[in-house]
Amino acid sequence: MTNGWVDIKNADVMLVMGGNPAENHPCGFKWAIEAKRTRNAKLIVVDPRFTRTAATSDLFCQIRAGADIAFLGGVIRYALENNRIAHEYLVNYTNAAFIVKEGFKLPEDGLYSGFDAGTQTYDRSSWTYDYGDDKGGVVAAPPAASAATKSAGTTLGQAATTPAPLPALPPKVAYDLTLQHPRCVFQLLKQQYSRYTPEMVERITGIPKDQFLKAADLFTSIRKDGDMTKVATIMYAVGWTQHSFGTQIIRTAAMLQLLLGNVGRAGGGVNALRGHSNIQGATDMGGIFDVWPGYLKVPNPTDVDLAAYLKRITPTSSKPEPWDSFNYWSNTPKFAISFLKALYGDAATKENDFAFSYMPKVDRNYSWTQIWDNMYRGTVKGMLAFGMNGVAIGPDSQKNIDALKKADFLVVGEIYPDETSEFWKSPGITPEEMKTINTTVYRLACAGFAEKDGSMTNSARWLQWKNAAVPPPGQCRLDQDIVAQIFLKVRELYQKEGGKFPDPILNLTWGYTNAQHPGLGELLKELNGKALADLTDPKTQVTIKRGQQLPGFAWLKDDGTTSCGNWIYSGSWTEAGNQTLRRGTEDPSGQGIYQNWAWSWPANRRVLYNRASCDPAGKPYDPTRKQVWWNESAQLWQGNDVPDFKPDSNPKDHMGPFIMNPEGIGRIFAPLAAFADGPFPEHYEPIESPVQNVLHPKQQNNPVVKKLKTAMDKYSTMGDEFNVVCTTYRLTEHYHYWTKNNQMNVQLIPEPFIEIPVELAQDLGIKGNDKVKVTSARSFYIAKAFVTKRIRPMMIDGKKVYQIGIPIHQGYRGIQEDAGRDAKTLLNRLTPTVVDPNAYTPEFKGFMVKVEKA
Amino acid sequence: MSQATLSIRQISGHAGAAPGENVERDYQVCKLIDTTTCIGCKACEVACLEWNGYTFTDTVFDNSYQTMPETAWNYWNLIKFNEHERADGSITLLMRKDQCMHCADPGCLKACPADGAIVQYTNGIVDFQQQNCIGCGYCVSGCPFDIPKFNPTTKKMFKCTLCVDRVSEGLEPACIKSCPTGCLHFGSKEDMVDLAETRAKQLRENYGIKEAGVYDPAGVGGTGVIYVLHDVNNPEAYGGLPKDPHIPWVVRFWKGPAKWIGNLAMLGGILGVTLHYLRYGPKQVVHDHDLEGEPEQDKNRQDKNNGGRP
Repeated sequence: MTNGWVDIKNADVMLVMGGNPAENHPCGFKWAIEAKRTRNAKLIVVDPRFTRTAATSDLFCQIRAGADIAFLGGVIRYALENNRIAHEYLVNYTNAAFIVKEGFKLPEDGLYSGFDAGTQTYDRSSWTYDYGDDKGGVVAAPPAASAATKSAGTTLGQAATTPAPLPALPPKVAYDLTLQHPRCVFQLLKQQYSRYTPEMVERITGIPKDQFLKAADLFTSIRKDGDMTKVATIMYAVGWTQHSFGTQIIRTAAMLQLLLGNVGRAGGGVNALRGHSNIQGATDMGGIFDVWPGYLKVPNPTDVDLAAYLKRITPTSSKPEPWDSFNYWSNTPKFAISFLKALYGDAATKENDFAFSYMPKVDRNYSWTQIWDNMYRGTVKGMLAFGMNGVAIGPDSQKNIDALKKADFLVVGEIYPDETSEFWKSPGITPEEMKTINTTVYRLACAGFAEKDGSMTNSARWLQWKNAAVPPPGQCRLDQDIVAQIFLKVRELYQKEGGKFPDPILNLTWGYTNAQHPGLGELLKELNGKALADLTDPKTQVTIKRGQQLPGFAWLKDDGTTSCGNWIYSGSWTEAGNQTLRRGTEDPSGQGIYQNWAWSWPANRRVLYNRASCDPAGKPYDPTRKQVWWNESAQLWQGNDVPDFKPDSNPKDHMGPFIMNPEGIGRIFAPLAAFADGPFPEHYEPIESPVQNVLHPKQQNNPVVKKLKTAMDKYSTMGDEFNVVCTTYRLTEHYHYWTKNNQMNVQLIPEPFIEIPVELAQDLGIKGNDKVKVTSARSFYIAKAFVTKRIRPMMIDGKKVYQIGIPIHQGYRGIQEDAGRDAKTLLNRLTPTVVDPNAYTPEFKGFMVKVEKA
Repeated sequence: MSQATLSIRQISGHAGAAPGENVERDYQVCKLIDTTTCIGCKACEVACLEWNGYTFTDTVFDNSYQTMPETAWNYWNLIKFNEHERADGSITLLMRKDQCMHCADPGCLKACPADGAIVQYTNGIVDFQQQNCIGCGYCVSGCPFDIPKFNPTTKKMFKCTLCVDRVSEGLEPACIKSCPTGCLHFGSKEDMVDLAETRAKQLRENYGIKEAGVYDPAGVGGTGVIYVLHDVNNPEAYGGLPKDPHIPWVVRFWKGPAKWIGNLAMLGGILGVTLHYLRYGPKQVVHDHDLEGEPEQDKNRQDKNNGGRP
């Protein structure tokens, strides 16, 4: 979340889309209710189903799964057409005025400039800004303006002098503050979304035009007549992420929020609702293959040494000349070297590039679906599975089960017997086949969440420490103990037997009081970082002694005198102690900031980019919700929240509030390598879809999305027997694949079911509670019918389309399953293995199925 | 009140307001359920089970999110889910927490023939005393909300106690404590009616929900559980909430006029007997015994908290 759960109470209008917070985040959703109760806030819900969130909404639109970009693009167009935009914010805090290089092409035919059909990738060098100055005078110039061509030539010339350099943003960006230049981002935005008319939105999404217009009007109503005091928020969850264009849906939301001036403001922002108590923590800690902790990009094989690596990943500022840019990522070397020092301590020296050579160079995609695909192909031989139920979470559970059959070993750390550790007796496997499965399965009894201490990072980026309620029962062990003991054993083997490259294992720091049982407090202290030499701040003359905990990431150094496991967590465990344990309930501003409750990354800030809550002169847009402000007499930024800004940057210097971008501004146009599939989002159909892409029939899907190629990877094609749109979801009564082992949850929703529109049920002669069989190109799923009026048939471009929804929770292990009262199949048998090209998230929301009476 | 205790001003180690803070326990207590902010999460169902010591009920999916068709003797708190078509043809999902309404004029108590099996405390809580219950089920016929349920094993009737054991210790009922959205409130009847009317007014004036109103039916003298409904004229849409609940005429007649007719008849009998005595003198060889039960009743009341468990 750019903001936080409590901050939702400050919203005037809320859009919930791609999420169902009332059901999946009920404790957080209280703040949406609070906004309604105390501010008369309005709630818009857009979802394929009328959910329990929709039940509390003021406006509901039923959307076809996967049509989100069309809807949001339509709202962008509506805001532009009706002048419901934050003009001053747009000019000063976004790249609306930046001029895009000539040669960049919008996807009128479905493709941006630079597409290579052979590799299905884009050459993104044309997706960048023009080098130059103020172009405010070239209003009347045609697209091929001579002045622009000249400056474009400059960048091209620079690029041509060195062999195959990585395209970089120009240090000096051409701009037009009047927003009239035909190639300025604002004009391109207008052009891009001019096609997303209310009629087009209706044809793609199935939302009747008048309904869509009501929603667009209500959402943008906060900017009526140039008013800047009101704020709208957007909440989303995996209903946006889990598409073959998921990142771009979220991008569209971010652009809309920038256009309306809602980012950085209390009650605004783009807010990802995380579906687990600590999934934010997993992401922050580099739980995916392409980032190190703190979102540092991983090294790749082109990074021959540390210098090359740091040069590649450290951005240089790129902005209109008169403006200033903090470009906070310019500190990347400090974060990266301190991380290496945390890993390798004294073994990481300046002479050995701080042990950079120890770090894996990631040569390709190692994301979730690739791991399973590689195991299915026989190249991945074993798996350690902790904190997840691998075969259940999909996609294509059957392929994953078949992959495990080929593995040598599987280690599962769990508190219940789960589907993954019992893949060898999943439905359909005969006793004969079972004898042929040679995978050795180790099931380790782990500790549950109430049996561990440690911090969890919530959606609002708060690190909250919890104490263990009870010790783990019997021989159950803490996850960190198991991992530590495996590591120590491996290290022992390397010590005894040597190996190809023992250094990274032998030199890893392991300074825990008890090597076999690393304390999570010790780990958090390590993540926070400490001084490895006496450090003195030249400005304040404050000194941190060698060995002391660092007060925050501002102290990190790139010379090896600091260590820090995760720079964004620096400040969480200082010399003042464990900040995540704080439970202060003071809230002097009444905005729900709770500065003394737990600790929020970065630097205990509660709302990111909060400089943008003020006008360019540093005065809050809404005097009743003052977050931060410029204090002229003190020459400092001050606030109720921690300013997310350079504290002494005078507004006269025009430093951009979006300090993590090298431009200092919010990106309406996302240049260069930011995204694999386009600098603006464009609507494409899901890989399996009931209709042709109305926008460009020749480009049905996201052009850079690739299908997998094993015999198991089957996809339906339009016009075949799979004619119903299916989406998957969670229920408030259950938590993933866990609570089917808990009686209290099981009695609330005892069995799997399939939500089917009344009309479809009538067509097929299905009554409520009848057994229904749903088949996809992959497999089938049988459960009882939940015939409901809450999903209605839709008209998509003149064609009647039905949607159904299936909860994910059940499987073949659990109370009801063990009693023989369940379908015994995993829902994710149905889902296709195809992923978003930026985040590698599978397309669970919107695939095609056939529905019949079982 | 069965037990008098100190009311809490503040407590240690607790974020936010202390539970039961400012609850004037000598006044009528009341639960407010704002159906417009209910998200049907069923936390109240689970909290009710856990506080009252009930465990697993083997339920069956029945084309709904609803846990079971009706409340049960061991399941006192149930969210009722109803797909409702509005006048403009749009669909909504109405969710209403169903439980004992704690009527000011409780039909169950009226109908109950067993001495001390149903009590109404001065704070308005209507509570079953299972040690006095004879399992006749007359309370069922007295209740316009279909709440009392029969436990076939113990042959006793059960229902929501409004967490009388918690309330008497200055705590809010378990369901209230568990509610994540604050759709449930607890306090004095006066405060809750005030809060409910304010919310209904907000819905009418700021959200254009013209029919929003408060359900506190006069037919049973008002209730200790009140609702804010989107459409107060159509409570039936919320899973059978009666529009104008009354104690059935049979019960009223039985415990009202019928009782007096009976008393008159009895009085007539006594009069006849007296006249007969005066006319004919005493009957010979008869020993009379009077019934005495009042001291017993007090003793049973003290045992309530243990005796009430199944």
